[in-house]
Amino acid sequence: MKRVYLDYAATTPTRPEVVEAMRPYFTEAFGNPSSLYSYGQEAKGAIETARTKVAALINARAEEILFTSGGTEADNLALVGVAYASEGKKDHIITSMIEHHAVLETAKFLEKRGFKITYLPVDAYGMVNPDDVRKAITPKTALVSIMHANNEVGTIQPIEEIGQIAKDGGAYFHTDAVQTTGHIEVDVNKLGVNLLSMSAHKLYGPKGVGALYVRKGTRIASLMHGGEQERRRRAGTENVPGIVGLGVAAELAGEEMREEAERLIGLRDRLTQGLMERIEHLHYNGHPLKRLPNNVSICVGFIEGESMVLNLDLDGICVSTGSACSSASLEPSHVLAAMGLPPELVHGTLRFTMGKWTTEGDIERVFEVLPKIVAKLRAMSPLLKSPR
Amino acid sequence: MSDVWRLYSTKVMEHFKDPRNVGEIENADGVGHVGNPVCGDIMELYIKVDKGIITDAKFKTFGCGAAIATSSMVTEMVKGKTLDEALKITNAAVAEALDGLPSVKMHCSVLAEDALKLAINDYYKRQGMVSKVVVPEAEHDHHIHDEEEN
Repeated sequence: MKRVYLDYAATTPTRPEVVEAMRPYFTEAFGNPSSLYSYGQEAKGAIETARTKVAALINARAEEILFTSGGTEADNLALVGVAYASEGKKDHIITSMIEHHAVLETAKFLEKRGFKITYLPVDAYGMVNPDDVRKAITPKTALVSIMHANNEVGTIQPIEEIGQIAKDGGAYFHTDAVQTTGHIEVDVNKLGVNLLSMSAHKLYGPKGVGALYVRKGTRIASLMHGGEQERRRRAGTENVPGIVGLGVAAELAGEEMREEAERLIGLRDRLTQGLMERIEHLHYNGHPLKRLPNNVSICVGFIEGESMVLNLDLDGICVSTGSACSSASLEPSHVLAAMGLPPELVHGTLRFTMGKWTTEGDIERVFEVLPKIVAKLRAMSPLLKSPR
Repeated sequence: MSDVWRLYSTKVMEHFKDPRNVGEIENADGVGHVGNPVCGDIMELYIKVDKGIITDAKFKTFGCGAAIATSSMVTEMVKGKTLDEALKITNAAVAEALDGLPSVKMHCSVLAEDALKLAINDYYKRQGMVSKVVVPEAEHDHHIHDEEEN
């Protein structure tokens, strides 16, 4: 059975070009970048080349890129790093209720340690209102952290506007751009951010590597200690193959992004429309226009998400759900709840995220399979009493 | 690639793929309704009783794979049993009959046990045998709603 992978927001396959570029750094060019002899210097050079490529993708300077173990570490470093660097001066952080857990849980960690956190609400589209940031900001605000685009519903936030408000208010501004970097334009100067998180495995790079953009002059404390790496801001021997992979993935994304986004928007809109035509009682999640090119999020009335995901998997289709039943915590999606969706709809969420290898045929396969699954599950749903 | 890590046992997937006894029983002798939309699982169990023996059982479930599989399994287990025998079916027995459930999904088997107990209670109530009614222990995440008298 051909697998249809529609969960590119969870992770992407590593591009063959990226794997090829990484390969020598496991074997021939294995040196420690901190070593003085040529093995080390080769590795060091590879890291600096990657740094330049990543910087170019987001219109930053190479020295403003700090490599991490991924998006989660980048988010942790941004929040905790700024919080610790501001201790004794500022003690307030503004974020939103729909952030990724890497930001939300880090904010809660800081909250337990005495920081004051404002969790801004969102509207029904999952959009933060910049006026809310304006109202919440005080001279004690160290950081505003609002994600560029939401991973569940795809809504793109008004980052430029919020960036200006943070700047005027004298606070640093961080955005989690894990879902956008390499997919839509990310320009740190246009966005007006001090800090920006990205992850390699969301843009056809390898897992286990990411980066935090740190604008020159932004004061952050380190989380990792015990080495001179990354200008002493992130100790630990560098993941050289991973960093090389991120560099190549960033370069290729920069070249192909515009065309690819256009293609994906076509598939996205086709999938959305096709599902609406074929299945009754669907609820569309997120903003129809200010939206990631590859994201379709829907709630299917009267049935539960995990049972849909499992059935789709039996037919070779990989998607994800915001249902509580799908998570170890048994907590339903905080994003959809923040958008005001009733719990029974939240439990029936499906997220389709498309990518480089998604074809029209994949979309057709969903049209063929999903309506049957929905009918089967609705036939056993106690929420649906009347004949369908 | 081998060594696929599986969430559910083969038995759970069998019952999930092909659930037994789906539907409602018209003129059921007892109905058990547990769960609510907030926690994401709702189970409705219908039983037909003849001379103290459960002759038929059907279910309707809103929930995850484990919720559907445990519903299916419990309906299979009770058919042909006396009410007293059926009341002895525990959530652990349902889970065991499915070759186990992941620990985060054990609450689904509790739901199945409770739905069964409530269906039997409902039967006793309808028969005016109030002394036989046993209230299930609510020692789990799910909020139990006694079936409202229709």
